[in-house]
Amino acid sequence: MTAEHPMVRLAGVSKRFTKGKETISIFDHLDLAIPRGDFIAVMGPSGSGKTTLLNLLGGIDRADAGEIAVADHRIDGLSEGELAAWRAANIGFIFQFYNLMPMLTAAQNVELPLLLTRLRSKERAERVHTALSVVGLADRVKHRPREMSGGQQQRVAIARAIVSDPNLLLCDEPTGDLDRQSADEILSILQLLNGELGKTIVMVTHDPAAANYAKRILHLDKGRFVERELAA
Amino acid sequence: MNDFDLVRKNLFRRKLRASLMIVSILIAFMIFGVLAGFYRAFTAGEDRAAADRMITVNKINFTQPMPIAYFNRVRAVEGVRQVTFANWFGGYYQDPKNFIMALAIEPNTYFDVYRSEFEVAPEQLQAFLRDRGSAVVGEKLAAKWGWKVGDRIPLNSNIFSQKSGGHSWDLTIAGIVKGKAEHVDTNFLLFQYAYFDETRSFGKDTIGWMILQTASPENNDRVAKTIDAMFANSTAETSTDTEKAFGKAFAAQFGNIALIVLLVVGAAFVTILMIVGNTMALSIRERTREIGVLKTLGFSGPRILTMVLGESVLLALLGGIPGLAIAALIAVALRNSLANVAPAFAVSPAIALQGVALMIALGLITGIIPALNAMRLKIATALGRG
Repeated sequence: MTAEHPMVRLAGVSKRFTKGKETISIFDHLDLAIPRGDFIAVMGPSGSGKTTLLNLLGGIDRADAGEIAVADHRIDGLSEGELAAWRAANIGFIFQFYNLMPMLTAAQNVELPLLLTRLRSKERAERVHTALSVVGLADRVKHRPREMSGGQQQRVAIARAIVSDPNLLLCDEPTGDLDRQSADEILSILQLLNGELGKTIVMVTHDPAAANYAKRILHLDKGRFVERELAA
Repeated sequence: MNDFDLVRKNLFRRKLRASLMIVSILIAFMIFGVLAGFYRAFTAGEDRAAADRMITVNKINFTQPMPIAYFNRVRAVEGVRQVTFANWFGGYYQDPKNFIMALAIEPNTYFDVYRSEFEVAPEQLQAFLRDRGSAVVGEKLAAKWGWKVGDRIPLNSNIFSQKSGGHSWDLTIAGIVKGKAEHVDTNFLLFQYAYFDETRSFGKDTIGWMILQTASPENNDRVAKTIDAMFANSTAETSTDTEKAFGKAFAAQFGNIALIVLLVVGAAFVTILMIVGNTMALSIRERTREIGVLKTLGFSGPRILTMVLGESVLLALLGGIPGLAIAALIAVALRNSLANVAPAFAVSPAIALQGVALMIALGLITGIIPALNAMRLKIATALGRG
């Protein structure tokens, strides 16, 4: 079942960027399958295509060729509007710099994705409380980002990513701006989300210590997976 | 939380900037409210003009007199239901500063022609008709000076003098004229032409203008042509027009009020448009990354467009509504002192509605470019992930 119906499937995906007169090929017929419930760390040098991979998986960018399917749903042919709705329902994003709204409280930041649902205010509040409890910030609901540490802000960002119960979490250097201790806390939360809640996670990182929290590490170089190994 | 909360919080994330923009919009709409109020006051006569009422004046201009003999000749014109006449008096009370809009009128017909606007208690009207030295006073003017029926007041003129050399006419107040609707101005004094004409030192047997009521507005053109043809090639040729056209021409004496309003409001709005538009664009540019995040979370382009437009419209309303409210307060404060010049000076509901429409237009215009940019923004570009 898992092998036949992976959470993520890329088949023959090509992606090129044009800078001036120069065309740079990021991926050329890239294939990838990520099983449901997997936790993958994607590593590689700058320019290897890690972020582009996340963009393609999250429907933020479009491939020039090939098929992209998430949870058996082809997304490469969706319109912008359909992609937006699909992202809201299926994808949770976690960024390096948290990207919280500075004028909103922790609870309001977490509630943002739920504004796109038909949930009532009370149901939204319950979900927000649950998400913040999962990341250990139930007592910080009314704090604004500037009143929290980097680690706490990233935990709010994780709560925001999981509050709508997405299938897939895409993390772009989630610990890149944190000290070791905070980074370990964040990675432990990601492990918990993967292990206990069954979330499929794709995490881009430069940090080998962070990558070790994943179940698998994929090395990308020049648009190719050159090495695959199980995490220690 | 909902989208409106998000819009509101975004607007006030930089409180000083938002406050300054609100104040600038407030000033623009305050100017709009005051000028539009003035414009309305100057053109109120046009709006209230009865379709079946016409004014006949001297063709040279309305300050030139006509022989009183015209009155009876006009009465005989077919299609004329009633005619009355009046003469400008140029009155003041006690001090030349205290201008009184005083007219010497033909008392038997005047209130018949203006029966849809004014009413006088029958016994007071009879008293006025009986006493040639009496006057009727509009209720606003009476209230202003505390006059009541039976009071005797000296009415001075800065135009006319008596045969005796004096400039003062003593008048007994016989009645109070009430407006039949709230918008009808009653800031005037009317006294008998006969008394005025027999006592004045010059201009005897001449009148200022005639007000005639036709049997039907359909007769207006024919009646006007007949009257003006009747007095053609005389020493006092006439010009007959509808009351509305006359009111418009009268207001034009003060200059093209509409053009002044348009230019001043236009200049204020173009300035505000540029300031607010530029600030909105700057504000949205500063939030490029956040807009990218919202899109990443699943907010669609049109939804982002609506939110940005909502922000600029909210900004315009937050500045504009208090601006109009202040203009309304200014109008109330100045109403008495401007009663003679612009008696209907007020920020009317129609002006308020126009103002709100302008606010929405201002918000949409200033917000549309930043909103379109935000809608079209690519997530990867916004997040610096290209």
